[in-house]
Amino acid sequence: MNHFAPVALDVARIRQDFPILTQTVRGKPLVFLDSAASAQKPRAVIDAMVTAMETQYANVHRGLHWMSERTTEAYEATRDDVARLLNAADRAEIVFVRNSTEAINLVAYSYGRGVLKPGQAVLISAMEHHSNIVPWQMLRDERGIELRVAPITDAGELDMAAFELLLADGKVGLVAITHMSNVLGTYTPAARIVQIAHAHGAKVLLDGSQAVVHRRVDVQALGCDFYAFTGHKLYGPTGIGVLWARRELLEAMPPFMGGGDMISSVSYERSTWAAVPHKFEAGTPAILEGIGLGAAIHYVEAIGYDAIAAHEQALTEHAILRLSAIDGLTILGHAQDRGGVVSFTLANAHAHDVATLLDRSGIAVRAGHHCAEPLMHRFGIESTARASFAIYTTPAEIDFLADALVRVREFFA
Amino acid sequence: MSFDVCDLYQEVILEHGRYPRHAGRPPRHDATARGDNPMCGDRVEIFLSYAPDGRIADARFDARGCAISIASADLMVDAVAGLAPDDARRIFSRFEDMARTGACPDGDAMMEPLRPLAGVHAYPSRVKCATLPWHTLMAALEGGGQATSE
Repeated sequence: MNHFAPVALDVARIRQDFPILTQTVRGKPLVFLDSAASAQKPRAVIDAMVTAMETQYANVHRGLHWMSERTTEAYEATRDDVARLLNAADRAEIVFVRNSTEAINLVAYSYGRGVLKPGQAVLISAMEHHSNIVPWQMLRDERGIELRVAPITDAGELDMAAFELLLADGKVGLVAITHMSNVLGTYTPAARIVQIAHAHGAKVLLDGSQAVVHRRVDVQALGCDFYAFTGHKLYGPTGIGVLWARRELLEAMPPFMGGGDMISSVSYERSTWAAVPHKFEAGTPAILEGIGLGAAIHYVEAIGYDAIAAHEQALTEHAILRLSAIDGLTILGHAQDRGGVVSFTLANAHAHDVATLLDRSGIAVRAGHHCAEPLMHRFGIESTARASFAIYTTPAEIDFLADALVRVREFFA
Repeated sequence: MSFDVCDLYQEVILEHGRYPRHAGRPPRHDATARGDNPMCGDRVEIFLSYAPDGRIADARFDARGCAISIASADLMVDAVAGLAPDDARRIFSRFEDMARTGACPDGDAMMEPLRPLAGVHAYPSRVKCATLPWHTLMAALEGGGQATSE
């Protein structure tokens, strides 16, 4: 027996954990291929949130009563879950935010305005989501911090030579780059990026919104300085996300927002800040969502990243095989190291028309620019349709998509 | 065909979407505007030329978009060519109602050629595809500038 073979993932059993997958859409079984936008929720997550509301709900951190203590324990346990998930050295390095967008904005605001200096630069790549472009543009326009963009190849991979060249003058203070593209499916070589960036004196923020869903992330092994992800793509609820950052960085950064929970003491003359991570968590947090995220992490860990990665790799290979056999269909990007996101264009059919026709067959895909307009322009297009895969996706669903796409092409021929 | 979409993709829509008659940038124009749908990156530019009496003498459009938005732009030009700007505005308001409710008033000769687009009301995410050219036309009639589908 090959002991390297991961434990196979039992999709049929997993599908039973997701109540929504028994729904029909327009009289047809739901084929949900839009998990990269937001994933469906397992019963364990739904139950954790409902149980918390029904049995122990109160505000966290300040209560001196039983309900508040229980809720605080459950909410703070998620911080330990996240620290374990990312292999963080210290639970105080886990900052709860609303989503990846807020995590990146927090870094742009606190690190960008508090630590970076005018004349320094931030380096992103040509395959970023708008949420990893716009905060840096705002920083550039407000603080005179240059924004540089590392090009990608036609295959959809980071151009490493150009990347290194952009760091050569030593002005780049921060590299902010996706760990996995939401459009191309490309995994960036994160550990190598970190190595090169650090050699040139730059810190590295990885946008892990997609990557953390599909692969085990070890921030200490990667060596990065900031890591952002969001709960709702990881089978958890909306409204809860994570910024992980090295403790010394968090301690050097000024607060993001002011308010309750983030202070040590307040007077009209001056206030002092709470210790990290609470310094960055002003106001009542997303308590139930935090508890739900903890349940999602337990759920994913019980399946195991080896099994998840193997399952999604097989699905992606199957999808590329089936879709690329369709006349007139072009897959955007073909990186060597890629995950379960496949964007494509279909001759004579606009992505929106493709999505509407697929929807009539019960198939949910995304269509548009996927919040990555500059990336679309890089490939000379305005929009694509995108199918994305999850732990509950089956090869039969991909066959169903491919068969439907053949009919879509005929419809617009 | 196995897709249950004949309410939306009527033959006349597919035909105008595939072979629009009024697409292209004219050598000269009196007014122009650009419309963007920020949700999908689609865009349309409208170019108007006016007759001496102020009527819309001709309209052309340049668009990147789906079958619905291209067909809507093409049918719109058919509908407003030769009209005074105020009459074009009145049709726009009736068209918006139709796209939202699906109801096209019977016996309305101006609206009749636009009736094939009534089906869009059943597809909430696609209503903006049909109305973007009209919003852009309105911006051009106001003297130009930008329009969005929002």
